[in-house]
Amino acid sequence: MFSKLKAFWRIVRRLSGDDAYERYLQHYAEHHQDDTPLSKEAFFKQWQEQKWNGIKRCC
Amino acid sequence: MNNLLKNSIWVLITALGAAAVGGIAINRGESINTLWFITAALCIYAIAYRFYAAWIVATVLVVDETRATPAERLDNGRDFVPTNKWIVFGHHFAAIAGPGPLVGPTLAAQFGYLPGTLWILFGAVLGGCVQDMTTLFLSTRRDAKSLGQMARDELGALGGTAALIGTFAIMIILIAVLGLIVVNAMKHSPWATATVSATIPIAMIVGLYMRSFRPGQVLEASAVGVGLLLLSVVGGGWIDHSPALRTWFDHEGLTLAWCVMAYGFAAAILPVWLLLAPRDYLSTYVKLGTITLLAAAIIMLQPTVKMPALTQFIDGTGPIFGGKLFPFVFITIACGAISGFHSLIASGTTPKLLSNERDIRMIGYGGMLLESFVAIMAMMAATVLDPGVFFAINSPAGVVGKEAIDAVAKISSWGFPVTVDQMQLLANQMGEATLFARTGGAPSLAVGMASIFGSAFGESMLALWYHFAIMFEAIFILTTLDAGTRVGRFMLQDMLGNIWPKMAETSWMPSVVLTSAAVVAGWGYFLYIGVIDPNGGVNILWPLFGIANQMLAAIALCVATGILVKSDKFKYAWVTGLPLAWLVTITSAAVWEKITSDNIRIGFFAAANDLADKLAAGALPPEKAAIAPQLIFNQHLDGWLTLFFVTLLWLIVFDMLRVCSRYLAGKPVLPLSEAPHMPSRLVEEWVRD
Repeated sequence: MFSKLKAFWRIVRRLSGDDAYERYLQHYAEHHQDDTPLSKEAFFKQWQEQKWNGIKRCC
Repeated sequence: MNNLLKNSIWVLITALGAAAVGGIAINRGESINTLWFITAALCIYAIAYRFYAAWIVATVLVVDETRATPAERLDNGRDFVPTNKWIVFGHHFAAIAGPGPLVGPTLAAQFGYLPGTLWILFGAVLGGCVQDMTTLFLSTRRDAKSLGQMARDELGALGGTAALIGTFAIMIILIAVLGLIVVNAMKHSPWATATVSATIPIAMIVGLYMRSFRPGQVLEASAVGVGLLLLSVVGGGWIDHSPALRTWFDHEGLTLAWCVMAYGFAAAILPVWLLLAPRDYLSTYVKLGTITLLAAAIIMLQPTVKMPALTQFIDGTGPIFGGKLFPFVFITIACGAISGFHSLIASGTTPKLLSNERDIRMIGYGGMLLESFVAIMAMMAATVLDPGVFFAINSPAGVVGKEAIDAVAKISSWGFPVTVDQMQLLANQMGEATLFARTGGAPSLAVGMASIFGSAFGESMLALWYHFAIMFEAIFILTTLDAGTRVGRFMLQDMLGNIWPKMAETSWMPSVVLTSAAVVAGWGYFLYIGVIDPNGGVNILWPLFGIANQMLAAIALCVATGILVKSDKFKYAWVTGLPLAWLVTITSAAVWEKITSDNIRIGFFAAANDLADKLAAGALPPEKAAIAPQLIFNQHLDGWLTLFFVTLLWLIVFDMLRVCSRYLAGKPVLPLSEAPHMPSRLVEEWVRD
C-alpha cells in the first residue's frame, strides 16, 4: 500500500515537472562529469522557457 | 484453455457492446439510461484497441521495439528524454484534450443524442485515433519532425506550405470561437466574470512563487494555486451578492470581448513564466480533476437521458446552428471524433519523449480514445437536461426572440415544453440573472454538470457547482487562447523572417509587439463580429472552426497515406485513405452548403445578400442597420475563407495522389525521409520514470 502511494507520488512529481531539476542533475552526472551543472534557479528558468515554446496545447 | 478463456472474454465484450449500441439505437421510448452509453463506449474502445489498433501497429506500421527512438538517440536531458509510457501518456493527453470535445457535442445535441454519439464513437476508433497514432509513428521514425516538415519532405513544397497555412488559419478561427464562448459565459454574469478574472492574478501569484519565492517547487505552487482557484469560485459569489461590487463585473459582451483581446495581447508578450506556464499548470489539474469527477458522478448517479434520439432539426432548421444532419454533425463534432490539431502534438512534441515504439499504440490510439470518452460525457451532460431547457439556454435571441415569453412559446411549439418560471427557478438556483440565450455551449454544459454534481454531491451548492464548471471551462479556454496567440505570433514571425530576417528574432521587441498585435487583430476581428451578430456568432464561427480542423486532419492523413504508398504498403493505404476520403467528402459537402445554400442561416452569400436587400429597402431597425455593412462584409469574408480552405484541401489531396501515382508508375518521387535503423540499447529499467 505504502509503496503504491509512493509510486503514485513519483508519477505526480514526474508529470508536473516537480522533480525536473533532480532528473537534470542525474542526467548531468551520467553524461557530462567534467562541467558544473546549472543552479536550480537557472535551470528552472531555462526549462520553463523551452517547455512552453511551440505548440503545446490543443483545442 | 487459457486461450479459450481469453477469447470468450472478448466475445462477451463484443456481445455487450453490440447490445448496448443496439439498445441505444433501437430505444425510442421515454427514457434511456446514461449507463448504456458508457457501456457501449467502453466496449467499442476496448475492441478497437485490442484488435484494430493492434493489427495496424503490427501489420501496417510494423513498429519495431528493438529500434532506438529519437528520445534515445538524441537524448539531451531537456526536450529529448526517454520517458516512462504512463508519463508520456499523461503529457500527451493533457496536451490534446482541450475545450473542443466539450463544446462540439453540446452543440450537436440539437440533432438528438444518437447522431453525435455514433459519430464520436466510430469517428474516433476508425479516424481520429488512427490519425493520431499514425502521425505519432511517422514522426517518431523521422527524428520527431513536425507535421509541416514531414509534409514538405515527403510530398513536396506544396504540402508543406498547405500545412503551415492550415495551422495558422485554424489557430485564428479556434481562438476567436473560444473567445466567443468565454464572452458568452461571462456576459452580464458578475459571478462568472469575477471568478474568471481572478484566475489571471492567481496564475501570476503561482508564477512568481515558482520563479522567485521557491524556485522549481512546481507542486507546492500548484497546490496554492488550486486552493486560490476554489476560493475564487466562492469569492465570485460574495461579489455577486454585494450590490456595490457586482456592477464592476457586470458587462456587455462587447466590453468583455475587448478585455479578452487585451488579455490575449498581454499574454503573448509577457514572459511565459509569469502567466502562461502557471496558468497551464492550473488548467491541467482542474481539467483532469473535473473530468474524473464528472465520470465518477455519471457512473454513481446514472442519470436518464431526456433528449430524444433524433429531433426534427436533422432537416436543417436547428436553432443552435443551421444545416442538415449530413454533413453538419460531422463538422460540429471535430474534437472527440477526429481532430486535425492533434497531429501537431503527435508530431514534434510527444515523439521526443517516447522511449520505445511499442508504446505508440497506447499513447497515440489510447490517448485519443480517452478524449473521445470526454466527448461522450459532454454529450451526456447536454442530453440529461430537459430538452426545453437545453434549447432555451442555447438558442440565440435572433432565432427565438428577445423576450423570455416569446422564447418559451417558440421552443414549446417545437415540442420541447419549457416555462418562464422553470427557467427563472433554474437561473436562481445557478446564481445567474437569466439563462435564456446563453449560447456557446459553456453555460448549458455548466448547468448539466452542476445538476449532475449537485445530485451526486449535494443539491444545496448548485450555484457553486455551476460557477465551478464555468471556471473549469474558462480556465483552459484561456490557456488555449494565450498559448495559441503565442504560437501564432511565433509562426508569423517565422513567416515574416523569410522577407526580413530581423522580424524572426523572438526577442526583438518591435517585431514581438507587431506580430502579437497582428495575431490578436486576426482573431479579435472574428470575435468582435461574433459578439455583435444578433444570431449569435457560434452559428457562423463553429462550423468555420470545424471545417478548418477537419482540413488539418485531412492534411495529416494525406501525409500518412502518401508515406504508406511510398513504403510499398499500397494494399494497406485504406487504413488512412478511407478516413481521408470521408473527411474530404464531409468538408467539401459542408463548404458547398455554406457557399451555395439559399437558406440565410446556412449560406454565407445568401445571408449577405438578404441583409443587403433589407438594408437597401430600409427594412432594418436603426441599431441593426448600423452594423449591417460590417455583417455583410463578414459573411462575404467567411464565404471566401471556406472556399480557400477547401481549395487548399483539394490541392494537397491531388498533390498526394500525384506523388502516389508517380510512385506506383515507377517514376521518381521524393525519397522516404525515415531515419536509419539503430538498435535500441535502452533496457526498461533505464527509462527514467
